[in-house]
Amino acid sequence: MLQGIYEFIKSIFEPLGDYFIGSLVPVGSSFAADIDSLIALIAVFVGFWGLLAYIAFFFLIFRFRRKDGQRAKYVTGEEKDLKRWISWPHAAIIVCDVVIVFMAIMVWYNIKQRLPEADATVRIVAQQWAWNFIHPGPDGVLDTEDDIDTFNELHVQEGTLYHYELVSKDVLHDFSVPVFRLKQDAIPGRVMKGWFKPTITGTYDVQCAEMCGVGHGIMGARIIIETPEEHAAWMSQNKGQLASATTR
Amino acid sequence: MDVAKQGAARVGDDPLNGIEMAEAGSVTVDTHEAHGHEAHHEQSFWSKYVFSTDHKMIAMQYMFTGIVMALIGGYMSYAFRMQLAFPGQSVPGYGVVSQGEYNALVTNHGTIMIFWVAMPMLIAAFGNFLIPLMIGADDMVFPRINRLSYQIFLISAIVLIASFFVPGGGFGGAWTAYPPLSANAQYNLTPLGATFWIVAVALEFVAFLLGGINFITTLMNSRAPGMKMYDIPMVLWMIVIASILFMASVGPLIAGAVMLFMDQVVGTGFFDPNRGGDPILWQHLFWFFGHPEVYVVLLPAMGIVADIICTFARKKLFNYKLILFTVFATGIISFFVWAHHQFVAGIDPRMANVFTVTTLIISIPIAEMLFLYIATLYGGSIQLTTPMLWALAFIAEFLIGGVTGIFLGASGADIYFHDTYFVLAHFHYTFFPIAIIGFYAGITYWFPKMFGRMMNETLGKIHFWGTIIAFNCIFIPLFILGAAGQHRRIYNFQNFPDLAGLQDMRVFATGALIVMLVFQVVFLVNFVVSLIKGKPAGKNPWNANTLEWTTDSPPPHGNWPDGLPNCYRGPYEYSVPGRKEDYWPQNVPPDTAPAE
Repeated sequence: MLQGIYEFIKSIFEPLGDYFIGSLVPVGSSFAADIDSLIALIAVFVGFWGLLAYIAFFFLIFRFRRKDGQRAKYVTGEEKDLKRWISWPHAAIIVCDVVIVFMAIMVWYNIKQRLPEADATVRIVAQQWAWNFIHPGPDGVLDTEDDIDTFNELHVQEGTLYHYELVSKDVLHDFSVPVFRLKQDAIPGRVMKGWFKPTITGTYDVQCAEMCGVGHGIMGARIIIETPEEHAAWMSQNKGQLASATTR
Repeated sequence: MDVAKQGAARVGDDPLNGIEMAEAGSVTVDTHEAHGHEAHHEQSFWSKYVFSTDHKMIAMQYMFTGIVMALIGGYMSYAFRMQLAFPGQSVPGYGVVSQGEYNALVTNHGTIMIFWVAMPMLIAAFGNFLIPLMIGADDMVFPRINRLSYQIFLISAIVLIASFFVPGGGFGGAWTAYPPLSANAQYNLTPLGATFWIVAVALEFVAFLLGGINFITTLMNSRAPGMKMYDIPMVLWMIVIASILFMASVGPLIAGAVMLFMDQVVGTGFFDPNRGGDPILWQHLFWFFGHPEVYVVLLPAMGIVADIICTFARKKLFNYKLILFTVFATGIISFFVWAHHQFVAGIDPRMANVFTVTTLIISIPIAEMLFLYIATLYGGSIQLTTPMLWALAFIAEFLIGGVTGIFLGASGADIYFHDTYFVLAHFHYTFFPIAIIGFYAGITYWFPKMFGRMMNETLGKIHFWGTIIAFNCIFIPLFILGAAGQHRRIYNFQNFPDLAGLQDMRVFATGALIVMLVFQVVFLVNFVVSLIKGKPAGKNPWNANTLEWTTDSPPPHGNWPDGLPNCYRGPYEYSVPGRKEDYWPQNVPPDTAPAE
C-alpha cells in the first residue's frame, strides 16, 4: 500500500526530477530517479511556499512605505483575524512536511535500509588516496582465485544488481558515484554494505566525498559500466594477470 | 509578580513610583562596586582599553577582534576561490596554493567564520554591548568574568593563527575535524597544526561559556524595575537563549575535544578503531554541539533583525509571545536533529528516519518565525534606511537558506546532496545572513549609540547593494554545481572529468567573491570616516523605544550616571493611537494618555 502511494507520487514528479537533476547528471542507477523525483517534489513544495513568502514580503514593503502624515497601524498580532495569516500557512507547512517526510523515508528505505538480492558483490577498499576495487571475476564470488583487482577503475555490468562491501584502510572516505546518486562513508574497522544497479553504460566519475587528507582532491576513480558482452570480454582479458596482483 | 518584586527589592521602593525610583536607582549605582567611584578618575590607557571590565569596552574588543578575524577569513576565501577558478596559477597576494594549503585554507576559513567571527560579533559584541544598556543596568553582573572571557578568546584567536606558522602548517582536516584523520599525525601530516587547532577551539568554548554565564545571569537579575519578562527586547531574549543553547550543547564537544587532544598528543585511542575506539563517536559529539550551534548564531541575528524591523516599520512586533515560543521550540528541537549531518556516515540506517522527522519538525517554528517577521511589516510605515535594508535582506536571504535545508534534512535527497556544493551553498545562505548581514544590520543600527556619530547613509547603501548582489552571484552558481554532483573540499576539479567542464561557473563565482570583498572596503571607509567626521547622533537618532537610547551616545562609564532608568512598558510600543509621537520609550512614565 505504502509503496503504491509512493510510486504514484513519484510518477508525478519524475519528469521534473529528470529535468532538474537528470539534465545535469545522467540517471545511471535503478534508484537515481527516486532521488531525483524526491528532490523535484521538495523543490515544488518549498518553491511554492517560498514564492508566496517572497510575494507577501515584497508586497508589504512596497505597500507600506512611509508616507507623509500617515501613521503605522497599531496591531499586536494577537487579533484573531490577523493571526490566521500565520496559522493557515502553519497548517499548510505541516501538511507539506508530512508528505516530504513520507517520501524521504520511502526513498531512504528503498535505497539504504533494504538490501535486495544481489547478482554479484564487489569489494571497495578506500585508502589515502586511492580506490582499490575487487571484482568477483567470472565465477561471481569474492575471495576466489579469479578475483580481479583494479586500481581507481571499477568495472560493472549494466542491469546487474551489485552489493558492495566498502572498507577503509586508514581514515574516513566516502564512496560517491553521482550518476548513481549513491554515497556511503567508508569507516576503518567496519564493512559498510549496500547496493546499486547500473542502468546505463559509459564511463563516469567516482569521487571521495569525505575529507581524507592532503590528497583528497585527487582521490577520484572511474566507473566503467559495460554491456554484458563487454563485461565478459573484460573479465576474460584480465583473468590471468589478476591473481598475481591480489595481495590478500 | 515575581519580577516586579525583584525590581522593588533591588531599590527598596515601589517600582511604579518614577521619581523616587530614579533616586533609589542612583543609590544602587554608588553602592555598586567601583563604578561610581571610578567615574571620577581618569583611567589609564591600559585599564580603559585593554584590561577594562566595562561591558561596552569588552564588546568593542570582541567586535574589533571579530572584524580582524573576518578579514583573515575573507582573505582565505579569496585564496582558495582563486585556486578553484584558475587551478595551479599563482594567486596574486598569496602565491601558489598547494593541496595541503588548500585544505588548511578551507578548514580554517570555516572555523574562523563560525567560531571567531559569527560568535564574537553576534553574541559577544552585541550581547555585551546591548544587555546592560537595554535592561537599564550599569554593567554586567560579573565584570571580571567578562574580562576573563575576552582574554581567553583573544588567546584562542592567537593560538589559531599561530597554527599556520608551525612546522607542517595549519590543520587541513575540515572544520568538522573527523578522526581518524584529525587524530593521527601520520594521516593528516600536520602534527602541530591539528593540535593547535583543537586547543584553539577548546579555548574559544571556554571563553563563550564564561560569557554565557554572564549574559544569562545579567538578564535574569539586573533588569530595570518594572521590566517584566515580556518587556525584554527580543534581541536580548535571543542572545540569552542562544547562550543557554550553547552552554547546554558544548559540554559533550569539550569532552570530545579533550579526547581528540589526548588521541593526538598522549596516544590514547578514543577514536581509533584499531584500538577499540570509534570514529563515529566524534561525529556524534561534534554534531550534538554543531547543530544547536547553528541556532546559537542564528538567534542573535534574528533578534537584531526583530528590533530593527520594529523601529523602522514603526510597528509593534507581530505577536511577541508567539515569536518567543517559536524560539523556545526551535531551541529545544535543535537538540534532536544532529544526526541529519550523518545520514550516510555509517550510522544505523533506521536512525535516519527518526532524524528526518525531527529535522522537518524544526522547519515549522523557524518558518513561523519568518512569517511573523514578515507580518510585522503589515500596516507599517517603512523607512528603508541602511539598517532596515540589511534587516530585510536577512529575511530574504535566510529564506533561501531555510528552504534549501529541507532538501538536506530529507534523508532520501541527502544521499545525493550530502557533501556537495549544494550543502555548501545552503549553509552559506544561512551563515552569511547570520554572521555578515546580521552584523551589518546591527552595526549600522547601533553605531550611533556605540560611537555617538551617524554613519553615512549613501556609502551604507552602496555597500549594501554591492554586497547583496555579489553574494547571490557567488552562491547561486554553487547550488547548480552542487546539483551537478560537485563535491566539497577539492582543490582542483580538473581531476574529475565529469566536473571539469563546469569551470565557467566557478570562475563566475570567484569573480563575484572578489567584487563582494572589494565592496567591504566601502564599509571600512564608512566606518572610519563616520567615527571621525560623522554627524553627531544625539541620544535617540532613530526615535526608538528601548532603554539604550535614553542615555548619552556613547554611553558613559556606568551607563546612566544620573540614575538608572525604570521600565514601564514593552519595547515595541510604536504608533500607539492617541499619542502625539509614534514612539513611546520604555522609560517614560505613563501619562494621561491611554495606556494598555
